[in-house]
Parts: sequence; structure tokens; C-alpha cells
Amino acid sequence: MSFVLIIGASSDIAKNIARVYAKNGYDLYLAARKSSELEELKHDIELRSSRRVILLDFDISAYETHKKFYDSLEPKPLGVIVVSGYMAEQKKAQKEWDETVAMINVNYSGAVSILNIIAEDFEKERRGFIVGISSVAGDRGRKTNYLYGSTKAAFSAYLSGLRNRLYESGVQVLTVKPGFVATKMTQHLELPKNLTAQPEDVAQDIFDAQQNGRNVLYTKPIWFLIMLIIKHIPEFLFKKMSI
Amino acid sequence: MSLQSWGMYPKIENKVFSFRSKDSLREYMKETAEFISYGNGRSYGDSALNDNILYTKTYDNFLDFDENTGILNAQAGVLLSDILDAVVKKGWFLKVTPGTKLITLGGAIASDVHGKNHHMEGCFSQCVEEFSIMLHDGLIKTCKKGDELFLATCGGMGLTGVILSAKISLKKINSAYINQTTIKTKNLKETFEAFEKYKDMPYSVAWIDCLAQNEEIGKCLLMVGDFANDANLEYKSKKKLTIPFTFPSFTLNNLSVRAFNYLYYAKAKEGISKQKVTIDAFFYPLDAIGEWNKIYGKNGFTQYQFILPKEASYAGLMEILQKISQSGKGSFLAVLKLYGKTNDNYLSFPMEGYSLALDFKIEDGIFELLDSLDTVVLKYGGRIYLTKDARVHKETFEQGYPMIEKFRAFRKEHKMDEKFNSLQSKRVKI
Repeated sequence: MSFVLIIGASSDIAKNIARVYAKNGYDLYLAARKSSELEELKHDIELRSSRRVILLDFDISAYETHKKFYDSLEPKPLGVIVVSGYMAEQKKAQKEWDETVAMINVNYSGAVSILNIIAEDFEKERRGFIVGISSVAGDRGRKTNYLYGSTKAAFSAYLSGLRNRLYESGVQVLTVKPGFVATKMTQHLELPKNLTAQPEDVAQDIFDAQQNGRNVLYTKPIWFLIMLIIKHIPEFLFKKMSI
Repeated sequence: MSLQSWGMYPKIENKVFSFRSKDSLREYMKETAEFISYGNGRSYGDSALNDNILYTKTYDNFLDFDENTGILNAQAGVLLSDILDAVVKKGWFLKVTPGTKLITLGGAIASDVHGKNHHMEGCFSQCVEEFSIMLHDGLIKTCKKGDELFLATCGGMGLTGVILSAKISLKKINSAYINQTTIKTKNLKETFEAFEKYKDMPYSVAWIDCLAQNEEIGKCLLMVGDFANDANLEYKSKKKLTIPFTFPSFTLNNLSVRAFNYLYYAKAKEGISKQKVTIDAFFYPLDAIGEWNKIYGKNGFTQYQFILPKEASYAGLMEILQKISQSGKGSFLAVLKLYGKTNDNYLSFPMEGYSLALDFKIEDGIFELLDSLDTVVLKYGGRIYLTKDARVHKETFEQGYPMIEKFRAFRKEHKMDEKFNSLQSKRVKI
């Protein structure tokens, strides 16, 4: 039995990641706040792939529950994919601290809390893979999205350090930086078609990158170039820009 | 983000809503004056375009699959490729499949698609046991073969409601491979003779070189085949190549099309040859190249597909192929196919006879050329396939579809015409 644990399994990206891993022979732990809402997906994956799917209740913001949650998993997963994410509207989050805190908790603190526990186990066992879904928004803070972006920047830095630490133990850490993805979370936004990925393509990209032992994945790949340019605009110019 | 059709013509701005639950769909219906369902965007023209588009691919769970009987129940946004990934390894295949597996189950029903085995198995509706559909007032109906709603919805281009899920019966197979025979012919007469000779083969299709001239007109590669029986059910979709950007419009000029047709035709051995090929190579050769529609350039293209009654097919095809050859307007793909009996659905395309499908780049003079082909199609009693179309005139369309008035009346009676409309349905007034 080779289980992959997907944390934040109720998003569109997670749904597609789950299907890709099951299709390729993995069993699944799907963890979400209300995992009962994933019954249909569980049934769908079992019909498509005949793999085992186990639904688990998990609240990424409830740090105190994380240790117990991971201890209860038997067998332990072969890999973990953290998909949880929360994007509040920038203007709203500027005024409402609760919104900002929610982003920090879900996108950074919560992810770090559970990954610290899992990393400890994987390091000891000298096996496993960790995939964290960060964002291109974390590559540079922009006025339109920096509260969300800064939580992702912190998460990216965390994953980078974790990769460095776990290299010796042979544990792979993959940082995924999606650009625009057409999902529930972005449905209300006007996204440029050529830069927007479909969740099923993002899922396939993630699976391929993880299987090939990659470190950082931009999806679509064009985002690597876009962010390379954006990162290199001098600050005295960047601060005057609206992008 | 606006959606476009496979032909990238016409281009319009639209507002897209993705539905994930019946409740959200019901809400959307209440709030939206008029819209059309959109699956995976493989219909070529304007049949799934309007100002408001309902994106259905997000409604895509498998609901039930009986491995013993081969009955599958799935939500309408599931792709045929998803179905194959799940069922081939268990010894099942689609009873009817078109030349791409990248379409949704709902789209397959709405277009009542057909494939290389139409002469044996008919259209997709043949394998549909029942489906459920949300009507304009938000009510959900389940309908079975024989219901009027079934007859109107299969081939009804999404104009009767939003298909939610369908129960289809699959075909038993004992291999993921096809034994294929390729016959190379020298002209249209030989092509027709070859179709007749191999009409008992379950699958057949011909690729015609449309730019052949004079006595070579109608020369083709006819590919026929049937599933092997080697108990090898291993099926893995290959990673596809992708056309990374839209080609400049001049790329696909007459010369390059000639070169392509020449190379493709020349590659095949003279006379008859045999191959063992995969499901993907046999049924879905173009799916191997992602977004191949981009090669026609940014102005897009249209596919012209017509069908002629059998007895008129030879004369009609000869006349049309001559016209195309004279026009020098290139067609990358020209697919010829023998069809079996027509079904009872109000708007299904197939009739007993031959159909030809060709791509045309959108350029000056193209619509005049297609209009002149329309007159030949009508003269011989044929009709045009709505799923491919972006330009046919109302009068031309009507003449080809004798049951159109029934369909119109049904739509009006059930107020479907107030809610479900596409650019195409408004153009040809259905």
C-alpha cells in the first residue's frame, strides 16, 4: 500500500491531483475541514482507478490537532501534498485583520505546523516526498496582492529551507508555483487566457515534476520567465508601477 | 476569460460560469436570461458560443460503473478520455467514439456524435441508456430511449436543457490494440469500391487528398480495422506534443498543404498493407498533437462536413471535390466515411450515405466557396453537420433537416427557446 496524503483536498487543484495520483497507482488520504463533502470525489476516484481513498477531517488552522492527526495515520503516507490555500481580497484584508490572519494561518503557519511533524518522520525513515503548493505571488510583493503574496513568500522560503535540510535524508521537497489557474478560487477574476492553466494540467505537471525529482515547478512554465523579469525590476522603478 | 470554439472562429467576448452542483446551476439559470452549455470546446463553430456560457467540465464525477455489465453512469462533464482511462484496462470500450476523445459526455450526446463504425453501430445515442437533464425551470428530468425529450436532446446541440449525467453501455473488448488494414486507392471510383468491399469491417475511414487533380480526384488511404484478441488490455495515454503558439496565418499555404498531403499519402505502402496499432493511434490520431487547431493561424478555421445520400454520393462528391480542387483552397484533413441508417433523433446528422469533412482556413473568398458547395450538397439531397459549422444559412440548414419544425415546436412548447441559445441557434433560427 502506498498512500499519498493530500491536505486541503476540497479545492479544484486537489481534486485533480488526487485523480492523477490514483490513476498512477497510489492510494489516497484526502484531508479536508469537512471531509464528508468529499464523498462524491472518493466514489469517483474508486470507480476510475480502483484505489483506496480514505477521507480524514483536518483543520490546518488547528495546530494543536496536527500531531495527533499524523500519529493516527496507519500506514504512514509515502508522500504529502499541501494544497490548502486561502486568498482574501487584498483591499478587504488591508482593513480586516481577521482576513489577513486567516491567510497567514492557512497559507503559512498551518502548513508549517503539519509539515514540521511530517518532516521529522520522513527524515527519520529516510524516505518520502513533500510537495507544497505555493504561488508566483510570493516571488515579489505587489500592491494588488501582497498580503496573500507575502504568506506564499514565507511558505516558499520554508520549503526551500526544508529541501536543504532533508536533502541528506533523501527526502524530496517540491515547491510548486502556479500562476493563474481556472478554479473556484479565481472564478470571479478576469484572467488572461494564454497565462491561465486548467487545474487538470496543473495536476499533471505536479505529478510529473514530483516523479522526476524536481525542486521547483512553475506552472504554466511561462511563469518562470514572467517572474524572472518581475523579480529583476529595480525597486525604485517597481514601487511606481501598477502590475 | 472568454472561451472560443475549436475553430477559433468566430471570436466573441463571453461571460463564463462553471457549475459544480445542481443548486448552483439552478441559481445560474434563474439569474441568466439566455446561455449555452460548453463542454471541452471541441465543436468547431458557433454551436457552443454565446454571450453567456455555462462551462460544464467542472461537473465531472463518475457515479457508477458495473464491471460485469459494462454500464457506466457519469456526470456530463466527464471526458471520453477519462472513461477510457478507467474502463479499457477492465476490458471495455466506448460503443461509439468520434475522432477525438477530448470531448465531454454531455457534448457527445448533444452532438449525437458518430465514429468509424457508424455503418454498424449508429450514433452515440445508441449507447445512451438514459440521461438526466435540467430544464429551463430548474426541474430535473430523467429520460430514456423513445421519450420525445430523448429524441430532441440527442443531437439537439444543448438547446433543450443542461445534461447532468448519463448512463451508457460499453462494448466488451479483449485487447487495447486494433488490427488495421490500409488500402491505398488511385481515384474516387477505387475509393468507393474499397468501401463496399470492406463494409463488413466494424471500423472504417478514408483520408482523401483533396488537392489531387483530374483523374486522380478522390484518391485516398482507406483504413479499416477491428479490435485484436490478444488479451493485452494495457492502455496508457501517451504524453502529447503541443503546438506552443498560434502559427502566423500564412504558414498553412497551399504549398505546405500539398506537401503534407503528399507526404502522408506517399508514406503508405502501395495497395493493401496491414498494421497492429494502439487505440489512440487508430481512433484518435490528432489528439497526439495538443491544440493542433493553432496551425491555421489567428484568424481561425472552419470545418465543412456534409453528408450525401448513398445513391447520389459518387456524383455529388465528384462535383464537390472538383470545385475544391479548382479553388486551390487547401484542406489539411479530408475525411471520407460511409454511414449506416439514419436514426429518429430530430437533428442528428448521419444518414445512409457518404460524408466528407474538410478544414478551411478563414480567409477572403472562403465563405463564397462554401456557399457554392452548399448548393451542390442540397442539389444531391444532403445536409451540413451543425457541430462543425460556423456559417451555414438558415435556408440551407432547413432543407437538409426534415424534422426541424418538430424540433422548433418542441422547443417553443417547453420554453426552451427562451433560455438555451447559441450564436448558431440564433443564426439558423432553431
